Amino acid sequence: MVSAPPPPETSAKIQVQVRDLTIRYGSKVALEKVSLDIREHEIFGIIGPANSGKTSFLRALNRMDQMHSSMKVDGQILFRGKDVHSWRNLYALRSKIGVVFPLPVGLPLSIYDNVALAPRLSGTKNKSDLDEIVERCLQRAALWDEVKDRLDSLGSMLSGGQQQRLTIARALSQDPELLLLDEFSIAVDPVTTMKIEDVLKELKKEITIILVTNLVQQARRLADNTAFFLTGECIEVAKTEDLFTGEVKDPRSRDYVEGRFG
Amino acid sequence: MNAPPTHSHDPPEGENLDQLNLAWYVDKVVQWLVFFGGISAIIFIIGIFVFIASQGLGYAVKELDLGEFFFSPLWRPTSEANPTYGALALIAGTASVAGFAMLIAVPFSLGAAIFIAEFATGRTREILKVLVELLAAIPSVVWGFIGLSIMNPLIINTFDVPIGLNILNAGLILGLMAAPIMTTIAEDALKAVPDGYREAAEAMGATRWQVVWRVVLPAGKNGLVAAVLLGVGRAFGETMAVLMATGHSVHIPTSVFDSVRALTATIAAELGETPVGSDHYKVLFTLGIFLFLVTFLINLTADLVVRGKRRNA
Ligand SMILES: Nc1ncnc2c1ncn2[C@@H]1O[C@H](COP(=O)(O)OP(=O)(O)O)[C@@H](O)[C@H]1O
Ligand SMILES: [Mg+2]
Repeated sequence: MVSAPPPPETSAKIQVQVRDLTIRYGSKVALEKVSLDIREHEIFGIIGPANSGKTSFLRALNRMDQMHSSMKVDGQILFRGKDVHSWRNLYALRSKIGVVFPLPVGLPLSIYDNVALAPRLSGTKNKSDLDEIVERCLQRAALWDEVKDRLDSLGSMLSGGQQQRLTIARALSQDPELLLLDEFSIAVDPVTTMKIEDVLKELKKEITIILVTNLVQQARRLADNTAFFLTGECIEVAKTEDLFTGEVKDPRSRDYVEGRFG
Repeated sequence: MNAPPTHSHDPPEGENLDQLNLAWYVDKVVQWLVFFGGISAIIFIIGIFVFIASQGLGYAVKELDLGEFFFSPLWRPTSEANPTYGALALIAGTASVAGFAMLIAVPFSLGAAIFIAEFATGRTREILKVLVELLAAIPSVVWGFIGLSIMNPLIINTFDVPIGLNILNAGLILGLMAAPIMTTIAEDALKAVPDGYREAAEAMGATRWQVVWRVVLPAGKNGLVAAVLLGVGRAFGETMAVLMATGHSVHIPTSVFDSVRALTATIAAELGETPVGSDHYKVLFTLGIFLFLVTFLINLTADLVVRGKRRNA
């Protein structure tokens, strides 16, 4: 490595490369011809009003199109250089990509088992290894102190904000390289939202994060680069600061971040 | 004192709005109809229980030798000289047939429910569901007939035993009879598990089977237990098929090839030929009370298990 700081555009390897991504449900187009790059160790924000195709984008990345029978994906999504559609072992792909859904899905298991599930699925049996993973993931999700005395109680008994941090801990338990968050703060109070945002800033040192958010200011606080989706179109991909200082190619982007529609 | 004026002759404005309209009357009438509908069902059930109890309970408590009833295998109700009313063989008959039936029905029905709810898609799933419902609609006398005319010779030839009307036969028949209902209830229990759980687990890289085993079955386990218990209750209470397929011989079984006689079948076969009010008649009612209590307890347990699920959810 050279000692001078490299130019920002090329500073990090590309982790996800999307080319001409088109998503349809039946004959209805949910996302059309999207191309963008996501770099290692960045938080990549995706903003846009409801039904603009943000969730569909995440689904395609994680190959959850399998679960929606009418969903059809065209174009390329290269993850570590390999098109996700050419992965034969989807389970291996998904275990590299953690997902956090808009509404926390506390599986009907104990707090401990929620976090230990993924490691167990991939064959970790040793109790002390599991203990270690559970504690580390709950720590990283800023939940450990609140639940360390009741790891055996049901995950679904926690408050909404705690459950959402539990799902983050669960997503981290598989040591993902990429974390997808879909409007995680919808069911979370502002204080918890801030806690989770701090968690994400920490996590970014280790993994890449794609943050779909309906809160424009959240993208501003967290994202390095941000894409603006509108009714199935990717209107803009820019450095987040540019988006907010008005250096945009499309006036609709400025209107949206300034709250003139949405 | 400067009290505000009371408007004693002016009614308040709200009085004009507060009119009883058609919707209010319809609602009241419907409430009463539903109330009587619900109450009458309860009254019928209580009535039936009171009737059965009045015929057998007094006798069972005061005159019947309960020690003999529960522990003697000698069921000789028509003996002139020395009638004995030992129900042990009948209880053993019912229990062995129902137990064998569950050995068949539990794996079949849970397997079918898991396949239909978790793995089958589209047409396959719809066709299977219709088939299962059709199976559930087959009358028990038809099952009994199958036991008598198909299974009986089949068992005699396959296992080289003198008689094919036995625990094996009745247990198989009863297992196949109970399986469709158990499948339907178990499938409902699996369906009730939110899709979000499956999606969350699958997003973590769990395989389909891991999703079922680690997440769906634990989440739906109360419903599955309830399905099994209702199947057990069904097997205990079934009459016609076991009457036709057990061989109807009073006997404590030692192998699945033994003929036995079930509690229900005994009541069905003997009640018509028993003088009303005789000891034999009252003992048959006692058998009925015993059956009622057992099935009631099983159903109650199933119900409590399902309630447990609701509380935890
Ligand atoms: N499972 C589905 N089946 C059919 N259409 C869907 C499905 N999921 C999303 N859509 C449609 O795709 C479009 C994009 O939806 P989505 O990706 O959920 O947008 P967003 O997350 O930005 O709100 C919407 O018009 C929506 O109705
Ligand atoms: Mg969405």
